[in-house]
Amino acid sequence: MANIDVTIHKHDVLIVGAGGAGLRAALEASRQVNTAVISQVYPTRSHTVSAQGGIAASLGNVEPDNWLWHMFDTVKGSDYLGDQDAIEFLCRTAPEVVIELEHMGLPFSRIEGGTIFQRRFGGHTKDYGKEAVCRACAAADRTGHTLLHTLFEQCIKNGVAFYNEFFALEILKNEDHVVGVLAWDIVHGGFHIFHSKATMFATGGYTRVYRTTSNAHINTGDGLSLTLRAGLCVEDLEFVQFHPTGIYGAGNLITEGVRGEGGYLLNKNGDRFMKTYAPTVWDLASRDVVSRAMAEEMRHGRGCGEKGDFMLLKLDHLGADLIHERLPGIWDLAHVFAHVDCTKEPIPVTPTAHYSMGGIPTNRFAEVVIGSMDQPEQPVKGFYAAGESACASVHGANRLGCNSLLDIVVFGREGGRKMAAFAASLGEYVPLPDQAGAMGTAEVKNLLATTGKERMDSIWEVLRDTMEKNCGVFRTEETLTAQKQIVEQLCRRFKTVAIDDKSMTYNLDLLETLELGHMLDFSRAIVDGALARQESRGGHYRDDYPKRDDVTWHKHSLAYQEPDGSIRLDYKPVRMKPLTVPTFPPKERVY
Amino acid sequence: MAKSVTFSVFRYDPEQGRKPHYTDYQVDIERPGMMVLDGLNQIRWRQDGTLAYRRSCREGVCGSDGINVNGVNMLSCITHIEDLKDPIVVQPLPSMPVIKDLVVDLTDFYEKFYLVKPYLITKGPPPSDRERLQTPEQRKLLDGLYECILCACCTTSCPSYWADPEYLGPSALLNAWRFIVDSRDDGADERLEIINNRNGAWRCHTILNCVEACPKLLNPTEAIGQIKKTIVQRKF
Repeated sequence: MANIDVTIHKHDVLIVGAGGAGLRAALEASRQVNTAVISQVYPTRSHTVSAQGGIAASLGNVEPDNWLWHMFDTVKGSDYLGDQDAIEFLCRTAPEVVIELEHMGLPFSRIEGGTIFQRRFGGHTKDYGKEAVCRACAAADRTGHTLLHTLFEQCIKNGVAFYNEFFALEILKNEDHVVGVLAWDIVHGGFHIFHSKATMFATGGYTRVYRTTSNAHINTGDGLSLTLRAGLCVEDLEFVQFHPTGIYGAGNLITEGVRGEGGYLLNKNGDRFMKTYAPTVWDLASRDVVSRAMAEEMRHGRGCGEKGDFMLLKLDHLGADLIHERLPGIWDLAHVFAHVDCTKEPIPVTPTAHYSMGGIPTNRFAEVVIGSMDQPEQPVKGFYAAGESACASVHGANRLGCNSLLDIVVFGREGGRKMAAFAASLGEYVPLPDQAGAMGTAEVKNLLATTGKERMDSIWEVLRDTMEKNCGVFRTEETLTAQKQIVEQLCRRFKTVAIDDKSMTYNLDLLETLELGHMLDFSRAIVDGALARQESRGGHYRDDYPKRDDVTWHKHSLAYQEPDGSIRLDYKPVRMKPLTVPTFPPKERVY
Repeated sequence: MAKSVTFSVFRYDPEQGRKPHYTDYQVDIERPGMMVLDGLNQIRWRQDGTLAYRRSCREGVCGSDGINVNGVNMLSCITHIEDLKDPIVVQPLPSMPVIKDLVVDLTDFYEKFYLVKPYLITKGPPPSDRERLQTPEQRKLLDGLYECILCACCTTSCPSYWADPEYLGPSALLNAWRFIVDSRDDGADERLEIINNRNGAWRCHTILNCVEACPKLLNPTEAIGQIKKTIVQRKF
């Protein structure tokens, strides 16, 4: 293989990923120190753009609300696995960061009187679970799009440096200090070392390992496996959220805002089955509850269609005017992907892999931390994470709708501040290690030199089909054991994978194959974590252990990668003490 | 429904000595509702891994996958194969430098977007503890504008943009108007100053290609018309 140039860049703060978390962090850090963002795609292509329904904050514009109710809902939604210091911080800060977004220019929808429009959303209630509350601040059903564009506009205004279409290959560490990232220039080819004082991963989620997913092509969880390969751990990967309303056959998301506006689910008999699963809030229960209820209905032969494998989401009774005003994007998606005019007929939906609760472990300052059952959490010097790639953990075992946009803004901002302060305090750069980036450069060079018949897609196809079948909404010892073997076998096949494209310029074949390597690496952590966890909690449901077990399993899973690629599991306690209010102790979770 | 269709795809790799050319691929129709992007993925995953194109959200909101199909700009991920005439001729967006295959260099497009100051400009500080107020009617003025996904389908379909390298193009102008009509914004003067010249709003000759090309059904020509009207009203 010919030599490929390595270019070195230096920035005080380096952020990997240009979704909402990365951009919010960049905006904050760039006010104080030299900041750069590297992103696999042009920033407005990041997956934040697909978020629809809203961002949660107890503004109380429509009806009285309180951040403490929001905190209670989030703790309960997390099935008591969320860390309560981080959750208090999230919910208390929410009104402030949402107002700040409005001040930046985000075109929120409005109500009479001119304040921000708020709608109901799953799991968000008033007075500790009494009834649904209007807490989701929305820009029609394009809240993520407007949030991402607004943050990017502010970054343009503030002259943030972007390296667009750069693909991260390796975390660079000197001893225990993260000193930057090795990346590949997608457009021109070539290696780039980004040497930094503080580095943030805001690299997004990992549900592209599932066949039916609402996620973008780029959501291959690369940041998690890069973290594993750097000898650090990832947290709670077995907790994957299946959103109840993905378009049947396509997986694209239909926002929970449809149900927030008054839409509801029907089984093949035309029954509103959610009333039996969630007697108080019906269709506005938490996502794990609704997805399981749908799957349960289908198991009992009450699914719709010839195969009985979807349910119907009815919203035509809301009226065409309301749908076109508040849910215009949904009308489009249903029309394009389901050939349905949702002002006249229901949308066929199934649960779709949607969100990664697990991620790179952080504290409430977005600092990456390592801890265990007996060792308190210690920050990894120079390393930060925010957004879906991080695990603070504010979502625990199940995330509430509209808390993800909130999460990215709150912890993006906080991480940006912390990084700027850390970089300023550091003085000199910690030097790059000897042979910096040797692993990542070898990985690319090896792939470019491959020959052989094994292709990326035939491995990926098996991975996504079997992850859905064996490690999806319902799991058992049997399916997970089978899946562990399947993933191991796929990892062996991957060793001989070859690519067609050997060019430097925009080599998508190379990128997708690198991404598959990432997906295989962290899938082992998902499966091992799920197999070990003999209980049901939030998004992780074991048919063979259908109850939550707080005595044994009220703890976070941590996964480390062994040199042979296998996973070693460890655990750490849940941070139960909030910052200023009493703990919400675990209770039975009923909606 | 046909069992397969022909994709005639523009190919160019700067590292090969070969001139740009078209390669035909047979795409199997595996299910109803397949999109052009599904066809491109099938080609790359099963037949020819060297094909390059951009894609991300695969639902028409990220704007990364603007291409030209049978002579019309569109997003590959929300264009149904069954709605297209066979053979399906797939090309990069017109008038932009080609990086490889269907991937074009959008630097000029983005720089023109930045030129119109596409961010809220305010003179006074916002209220300290709450949002700026905006009535639902004021907010409604942004509908049809804020939804732009920067896919470049409109600008690269515009003959005026092809002919005048300095022309800002429909997307940048639509985005300028999005902020000018925002009741919270105080930057109208500086933006109008930037776009009131022969390479700005006045270069638009209402050819309307942009309206036909926009996958989000926005109307850049109308926005440009509003800009022209505003400039004229301010002058006289």
